[in-house]
Amino acid sequence: MMEILEGSHAVAEAVKRCRPQVIAAYPITPQTHIVEALASMVADCDLDADYICVESEFSALSACLGASAAGSRVYSATTSQGLALMFEVCFNVAGMRQPIVMTIANRAMGAPLNIWNDQQDSISLRDAGWMQFYAEDNQEANDLHYIAYKVAENHDVLLPAMVCFDGFILTHTYEPVDIPTQEEVDAFLPAYQPVNILDAKNPMSLGMYATPEYYTEFRYEIEEAMKRARKVFAEVGAEFGETFGRDYSGLIEGYRLEDADVALVAMGSICGTVKDAVDEMREDGKKVGLLKIRSFRPFPSEEVKAALAGVSTVAVLDKNISIGQKGAVALEVRDALYGSSGAEVLDYIIALGGRDVRKRDIRAVVDLAEKGIGDQFYGLRTEVL
Amino acid sequence: MDQESELFQCGHRACGGCGPALAAKLILKGTGPNTIVVASTGCMEVFSTPYPETAWGVPWIHSLFENAAAVASGIESSLKKQGRDENVVCICGDGATFDIGMLCISGAFERGHDITYICYDNEAYMNTGIQRSGATPYDANTTTTPVGKCSTGNPRPKKDLPAILNSHGASYVATASMAYPNDLIRKVKRAMEIHGPNYIQVHTPCCTGWGFDGSQTMNIGRLAVETGLWVNYEMVNGELEHVRKVGSRKSVDEYLQVQKRFRHLFRPKKNEEEIAKIQAIADHNAEVFGVDRK
Repeated sequence: MMEILEGSHAVAEAVKRCRPQVIAAYPITPQTHIVEALASMVADCDLDADYICVESEFSALSACLGASAAGSRVYSATTSQGLALMFEVCFNVAGMRQPIVMTIANRAMGAPLNIWNDQQDSISLRDAGWMQFYAEDNQEANDLHYIAYKVAENHDVLLPAMVCFDGFILTHTYEPVDIPTQEEVDAFLPAYQPVNILDAKNPMSLGMYATPEYYTEFRYEIEEAMKRARKVFAEVGAEFGETFGRDYSGLIEGYRLEDADVALVAMGSICGTVKDAVDEMREDGKKVGLLKIRSFRPFPSEEVKAALAGVSTVAVLDKNISIGQKGAVALEVRDALYGSSGAEVLDYIIALGGRDVRKRDIRAVVDLAEKGIGDQFYGLRTEVL
Repeated sequence: MDQESELFQCGHRACGGCGPALAAKLILKGTGPNTIVVASTGCMEVFSTPYPETAWGVPWIHSLFENAAAVASGIESSLKKQGRDENVVCICGDGATFDIGMLCISGAFERGHDITYICYDNEAYMNTGIQRSGATPYDANTTTTPVGKCSTGNPRPKKDLPAILNSHGASYVATASMAYPNDLIRKVKRAMEIHGPNYIQVHTPCCTGWGFDGSQTMNIGRLAVETGLWVNYEMVNGELEHVRKVGSRKSVDEYLQVQKRFRHLFRPKKNEEEIAKIQAIADHNAEVFGVDRK
């Protein structure tokens, strides 16, 4: 049913329909409205979950780990400093192969303290073994939760997943969102079927320590599962499309890329602005397109390579910076194209800490890219440096 | 003893005479098989679960050094939602309990989860090489509170964790010693029957860290109680209910001089002043808890 909802509430409605049995979360801006909405649903008995009011994000994910290991479907949400506080547990959850789904309301990292949007928080957790899916709008944020659980819980995957959507830009924006019914979601996402759980009738040890003799093989298994997740995501996304009419079979999505000379590459809400700018530039006769990255982990290298095969210039918009190198998305794209493409890949660090991006900024990036000027912060205010 | 029926099995890699290993065995006799154990990083995790082996005959999970109480909170919540009824018991060392895990323990107790948190207290970070923790007693020589020209060892008394958890509204708080096995088992059994967050702190001498022969673990444990440096008591809903009395308390000298961690108090000459301070700690314990049998 189509409803006009705040992004956070659209996500909460999605989470409710995924029927988590345990929710543990600590409030932090701009994630707060999600967990408040879920707490209300539990308080009204609209959602049959145990909501644990933990004392920190560190404990939130730790409690989720325990609840998941004991066989329940669990949920958490966080952002920025909260995600950073979970850092240690994030690696542990992936290492113990618990299919936890967590929403990230993307927000800049301090210092300086900044509550507004960029994607530095989740990008900084890219190596933890979590899948990372980025939503362009609130409809996608809603839909990716059903898909994330189904991919995470697939027995060929069994990895945790972050559903990332931009703080404030999406979390606090009202948009029409088509929310599936509970029955529809139940049919798409059956009850969690755990594999190895804590059970007194069948004792096993989880999270033991492994010597150099075995540790490498555990890491290898996680990597192989992440590779398998690419195929599983495509299958689940296609199934979602057949069921709900919105296709997510692609880990990437191309927009007017077919004959493009210049391709912009981006993740998250900025893609909406880029699409509008691309339309304008197309009217001006510029052959421009967008490649949207929906899944950053697993990274769809083959798909990116294929999508950018005919492009001469690639302009990557990175809402993050790996200090001492470049933006993380640009590095991934360069790696995907290495050895197979003559395209020039230029990186633009943009929209950090919530700085607004307009269509004219996207046009300006394309102008710079066409001149071969890139690998820089876009729109730096040199007068305050 | 019938090894087949033990829930904490032989073959683990603990030192000969390890107090915590014996405590684990006794604790599981108290919990019984219908129990999920949550561990923190520490000696016990290292010596009992080198992959692909495990000494645990009950479901066991280790996540991190500091989050056992939070993981246990999630497990308890998960079991409740599934309508399952298993005991959730944390078994963690003193570093994980007194120091790095305090945030998670405080949260779990304040929320009132139905879990029993058992700390095996060997009074230092033992598996990383005997560094001080908040449970290390006054004047103990550790590698981070070393004895030197200007130092007589650890400069601070042991943190009173049972008091802290009592103030959190714990249902049941008890101290025990692995040197009094039946008392320890009884207290664990009792905790299993009391709903809400329970805490048991078990004194577990560490032959390697404290510096005594592995055959003497039980004797050292008993001496701690007989001197009043360790008191075995039970508190229910914040009220002191039972204290193990001592007929005629031994002087702390007897306990201190048989451990290398206190050797500096006796060599090259006896440090009467420092030993008097430790005796005062024992006397204070005796007075507060009414240890002396009148």
